[in-house]
Amino acid sequence: MQARGSTGRTIAAHAVLITWTLVALFPVFVIVVNSFKSRKAIFADPLSLPMPSNFDLVGYTTVMHQGDFFQYFLNSMIVTVGSLFCVLLFGAMAAFALSEYRFKGNTLLGLYLALGIMIPIRLGTVAILQMMVASGLVNTRTALVLVYSAQGLPLAVFILSEFMRTVSDDLKNAGRIDGLSEYTIFFRLVLPLVRPAMATVAVFTMIPIWNDLWFPLILAPGEEVKTITLGSQVFIGQFVTDWNAVLAALSLAILPVLILYLLFSRQLIRGITAGAVK
Amino acid sequence: MAKGRPIRGHIAVFLAPALLIYSALMIIPLFGTLTESLMNVTEAGERVFVGLANFATLFGDALWSDAFWNALGNNAWFFVVHMLVQNPIGIALAAILSTPRLRMAAFYRTAIFIPTILSFVIVGFVWKLILSPIWGIAPGMLDMVGLKSLFAPWLGKEEYALTTLALISVWQFIGIPMMLIYAALLSIPDEVIEAAEMDGITGTSQFWKIKLPLILPSIGIISILTFVGNFNAFDLIYVAQGALAGPDFSTDILGTFLYRTFFGFQLQLGDPHMGAAIATAMFFIILTGVCIYLFLIQTRLRRYQF
Repeated sequence: MQARGSTGRTIAAHAVLITWTLVALFPVFVIVVNSFKSRKAIFADPLSLPMPSNFDLVGYTTVMHQGDFFQYFLNSMIVTVGSLFCVLLFGAMAAFALSEYRFKGNTLLGLYLALGIMIPIRLGTVAILQMMVASGLVNTRTALVLVYSAQGLPLAVFILSEFMRTVSDDLKNAGRIDGLSEYTIFFRLVLPLVRPAMATVAVFTMIPIWNDLWFPLILAPGEEVKTITLGSQVFIGQFVTDWNAVLAALSLAILPVLILYLLFSRQLIRGITAGAVK
Repeated sequence: MAKGRPIRGHIAVFLAPALLIYSALMIIPLFGTLTESLMNVTEAGERVFVGLANFATLFGDALWSDAFWNALGNNAWFFVVHMLVQNPIGIALAAILSTPRLRMAAFYRTAIFIPTILSFVIVGFVWKLILSPIWGIAPGMLDMVGLKSLFAPWLGKEEYALTTLALISVWQFIGIPMMLIYAALLSIPDEVIEAAEMDGITGTSQFWKIKLPLILPSIGIISILTFVGNFNAFDLIYVAQGALAGPDFSTDILGTFLYRTFFGFQLQLGDPHMGAAIATAMFFIILTGVCIYLFLIQTRLRRYQF
């Protein structure tokens, strides 16, 4: 009796989860599938899989000829990697200082940095743009890297200092007795030990940077510095009636993120499940 | 130990880059925006201090205040839909996912989180296409279950557009409450659950009586995250409906209103000072929400130490 009740519940649980999984994946599936079909098939039979009879890559050829997607992709890569580097290096350094040393204003500095977790950087846009205009950084990737570094730092410092508190004091003191400088202790002893936490922070920082539309739109709308998110937004806007091209552009924008996510999903989920509980 | 050494320059070196970047690009611009909202330019082009005049215009001049209250009201509804739909479904999914010995849990987790990693541009266009009456995916699917009469061009109708967009946003971000609650549920120690089972509390009543009170702090966190995220939203509306947040401003929220004011649209020129005033208003709205959470909600939630 008991066993049957629990089997029934398991089936119900799977039914609910499968339903929501379908809801979550269906839109992505429809877009990718239809991007490989001919225009006629897209409209006649949107739910069927691409088959030899209706297979068509015309959307992808249009996209490749029209938009400079490779350049956009490269820009996104440069901006994301550059910001990630700054966030991880500077964030880890600050987290180390805050968690390792006792000094005047330590707690206050921690709170000052934590402010940025709750208050969105977007609200400073008016002044950021004026500053970038004044320093001639408008339409450069540097502007985006700087803004995203500031955006990512608060959470990085917060998470990393939690992790650095768990690094054994004995290890660091042994290093000090051996005459290592504080810098060597940080780079050689502590950083390698918090690498898992760094990976978590990296994934968390990366997704909003890669997907952001606001700052590229405002600070770097120029053709040579456009990111892929802004690029596909503009591109799709221009080709609203060319369904093949729109579907292909969307698929091209989905795939890199999807691949990255599938590679890092275990890290990301472990990061959320470890950091959220506290 | 370094503690107590006379010269500790390395602390400054460790802190300097992060503090510099953070202060220069986050704190100073934020205060810059706040002061800019108190400034305006005269007809001669001089920048002068005008006190709260910009806010008087924003709240008092019908031309501005109608748009502002419209955006704020829409934004509040956007938030309400998230709280009523996204968070309960997220909690329910997490509760089901945390069933012990559930097979394929990792697969479901990964799949349900996928929309969250997609950019607003993708999400906005994907749903625009799916809901489009031209393509006919949505009407076609409703037809299959015999409900074709229910179909309407939801994104194009004033009365449905905002709710539709809010639901799209729910679809995208449901992974976040799900994951956070899932993590909280996993952290409940087995002894507590076993004790409940000894007392005959199992299944659904176990969730309501034992687990839910224990995860209330996490529900508080997802609520404040939802609040900050929603009152700062912009991208989805901009992608799906454009800067004019059509039809007839029915999907206008504070983010799109700020963008339009700051950069101008069509024939109207951008106005950085009114833009700063709107950003300042948003700052205080978000700050109020965060303070309510920190001082009223968080302190009253009982935390259990295991």
